Amino acid sequence: MEYVARFLIGGFVVSAFALLGDLLRPKSFAGLFGAAPSVALATLGIAVITHGASYAAQESRAMVLGAIALTAYSIVVCQLLMRTGIGALKATSLAFVVWLLVAFGLQMLAGAA
Amino acid sequence: MLVRASPSALKEGRWYEYLIRFALGGAATMFAGWVASRFGPLVGGLFLAMPAIFCASATLIETHEARRKREAGVRGERRGKQAAALDAAGAALGGVGLVVFAVVFAASVERSPVAAFVFASAAWLSASIAAWWLRHKLRSARNLAANSRAVG
Repeated sequence: MEYVARFLIGGFVVSAFALLGDLLRPKSFAGLFGAAPSVALATLGIAVITHGASYAAQESRAMVLGAIALTAYSIVVCQLLMRTGIGALKATSLAFVVWLLVAFGLQMLAGAA
Repeated sequence: MLVRASPSALKEGRWYEYLIRFALGGAATMFAGWVASRFGPLVGGLFLAMPAIFCASATLIETHEARRKREAGVRGERRGKQAAALDAAGAALGGVGLVVFAVVFAASVERSPVAAFVFASAAWLSASIAAWWLRHKLRSARNLAANSRAVG
């Protein structure tokens, strides 16, 4: 049941931010909503209710690293689209490797420190 | 450059495109929850900033822009890629805002969860807009300098 709620709440929040992004111009400004905290709002809301504030605080501290990785990911997608002939689907899929490497790399560094 | 709403842009979307984004968003939220329950909050937290629907959004932007240019009688593939690249540049700036969101939320949630959501969301929006505005001003200044050099 919890996963159904996650699916519905997440789908709704993500769609709402995506619609805002569709609506706004210029495109570089609309792009801000591509990095909106949509999954975070839904997940942290459920985390506070089911596991408590301390658990949600731990998740959001780790989220800082994921967000840095998202910035790196977006820069790589932008460069791939501008400098190579590949399309958006291929660029965003290839760059996902960058997100994984940066996110887990930073977490390893944070764990070692 | 003025920020404006363009309601006509919503008419370009097909119903199944919105459905795909809803499903991807829901699936990403479910996945983030599963990762956290399986591997703990320190790993699950990373996935709160996963580029969940970026792939679908960028592809939609590319397709819509290319279609619009084709309908205007010009080849739209290159323009479609440029539009998706601009969106990605905006997302990079939004990523800065997302870092601020996470920091503010982590710092305030144990005092008041409701206030944490409000403050963190406001911080995300302010930081994202500030980063976008700063980039816009820097680019304008650079273009102005390049034009003056070309004229001089």
